[in-house]
Amino acid sequence: MKVILPIILVVVTAGLMVLAVFGVGQASGGVATGSVMPGLGGAKAVTPEGAATNFLTQVQRRDWGRAYAALSKASAVDQQSFTQEWTGSNGGLRTFSSLEKFDVRPMHATDADADMRVRLHWTTPVGPVEEVRDFHLNHEGDSWKIVWHKMQMASVPAQVVPVTYLRWDLVSGGADDEWGSHNVDAPRVRIISMNAVDSAEGSVVMGEVVNEDTIPAFVNVNATLVDAAGNPIDDESSFDKIAHILLPKQVSPYRVDFPKISLKNVKNVRMDVKVTLVPASADPVIGVMNQKLDPDAQGKTVLRGELLNQSGQTVNIPHVIASFYDNTGKVVWVADGYVDRALLPQSTEPFAVEIPKSLAGKVQNFHVLVNQYSMEKS
Amino acid sequence: MWTRNICIVGVLSLAGVGVAQELRVPASVTAGEETAISTTGNGKATFYLLGPGLANKSEVSLGEEIHLRSQDLRNAGDYLAILCAETCRSSSFYVTAAQPAGLSFLVHPSRVPAGMGEAVSGVALPFDQFHNLVLDPVTVNFQLTAGNASLLSRAVRTQNGVAWFRTNSGKSAGKLQIVATLGAVSSSRAVQQVAADPCNLRIKGLRTPKGIVVETDPVRDCSGNPVPDGTIVTFSAAGADGRSTVDAPIKQGVARAQIEASGPQVISVASGVVMGNELRVGGQP
Repeated sequence: MKVILPIILVVVTAGLMVLAVFGVGQASGGVATGSVMPGLGGAKAVTPEGAATNFLTQVQRRDWGRAYAALSKASAVDQQSFTQEWTGSNGGLRTFSSLEKFDVRPMHATDADADMRVRLHWTTPVGPVEEVRDFHLNHEGDSWKIVWHKMQMASVPAQVVPVTYLRWDLVSGGADDEWGSHNVDAPRVRIISMNAVDSAEGSVVMGEVVNEDTIPAFVNVNATLVDAAGNPIDDESSFDKIAHILLPKQVSPYRVDFPKISLKNVKNVRMDVKVTLVPASADPVIGVMNQKLDPDAQGKTVLRGELLNQSGQTVNIPHVIASFYDNTGKVVWVADGYVDRALLPQSTEPFAVEIPKSLAGKVQNFHVLVNQYSMEKS
Repeated sequence: MWTRNICIVGVLSLAGVGVAQELRVPASVTAGEETAISTTGNGKATFYLLGPGLANKSEVSLGEEIHLRSQDLRNAGDYLAILCAETCRSSSFYVTAAQPAGLSFLVHPSRVPAGMGEAVSGVALPFDQFHNLVLDPVTVNFQLTAGNASLLSRAVRTQNGVAWFRTNSGKSAGKLQIVATLGAVSSSRAVQQVAADPCNLRIKGLRTPKGIVVETDPVRDCSGNPVPDGTIVTFSAAGADGRSTVDAPIKQGVARAQIEASGPQVISVASGVVMGNELRVGGQP
């Protein structure tokens, strides 16, 4: 017995290793799905799917040397830039993300070259993020190699950016203050629109909220669904589907999701805005340029544009929230998205926010707001 | 309250029922003043005094006055005097608040847009030196001043210990001083009057090699007050390339934004729910 058990273990381990070596990278047709199996990989890619899978396996393992070796000679990228593209920089969202899994789908293949569409599933501090990329592969020698184009990284020259920004500080009264003498009211914030709709995932309550005051406000919108008997069904908050800090007269979209609850069972929606006075800064100013509704590679309608950081401060994680209006001006959808690269001073980064196919025809107008998280502030 | 009742019932039942002694309480007592209760009869008795936040027991001689100390009568309200010998007799009296010595003054809100109707309210409550609410009607004078100008002066009689006012906010932004006066006692509060929503929001634009620089005229409310710096103004430019928006804060009275667009653009402006004019800017030559 003492001998049999180690032998069985060795045989099973060896079997799994063989399976992994020949299993990974041999997918042909359909969708290949990958995840890391430590100690393996680097096998010669005899199919385009296998090459893409092997490459992404190395990326997943952060074995940048092997991943870089899987690139075609036609690639115009050095290893440092290539690595930085995957690992992120400047405290952007990508620097805190890891590639959890991926799917590889063939798009087009000949004996000489092939196109693969890969869907990358990232785990990030702000939740799972999905990214779709198209890989072009060349057949070089007896294996397939990925043609990699260098991504244009923002390069900021050394400069002094004068910023005469505005800031609101809070001064708290002392404990010995007379009752009622030094109270400062919470900012006046108002919900200016609300719309409840059924979506594929459940009910969605959305709209816009405005800070009508002359001081900044920290805002959270809560919604409670009430049934016909007047009993609450569920209550949720807008969480990150809102710009929490609203400067004076600023308007933010909000969205509250109620997964797996149909509006058929809802008689009423109770809205509640929680507002607190907070210190805030009016900097940085981020412009949203060249916004356009376009179909993406998968045929989905997305709102694209570019964020332009007009200040001298790096925005580590830009967050885009967009409200979409129909021809009567009603908010029909609110969508958001995080930009995975940091927004450097005086530079631009592209963004894209998806809207449901069923609403694409209804959308006549939109408003984009940029929420930002900067390490210097936290 | 229920403990007091239990105490009374207990005392009365222990002593049984009889008519041996009488006690006469004063018709009215002012908080913090000494007073006396006269008694009839002979011999020793036990005296109980129950009042708001007070329960005293003492041995007294019947036929003599019972002196109530000022510190036992500081709280306004109903008091019950019980005198027990063979039997118990009781009588109640009311202690009223003393002269007003302080004024609690609440003003709402702490910040108000200029030129808003019925937007400022204040409530004054007179209290005596022992913090009893003075329920007797007294006259409180409310005075509102902005800068050196007097906006309101109103004398209001208290009802059940409360005097209040409600009024419009002033036309100009700045500090609104509100003073409530009652005799020699006064209390002051300040309300910050701020500019209301922008009025006649207008923009002008200039094409530059980098795009379009667009800026507002000095942003003011309908009373002419400058809208505070930091207020967000949203510029939107629509052209063939798509739409561009910039949320820019007002700095030194003016909001300014740079929009990167080469073709002809229609630029609009808004601040909160207020819209401004539209501007058409031609394409880059």
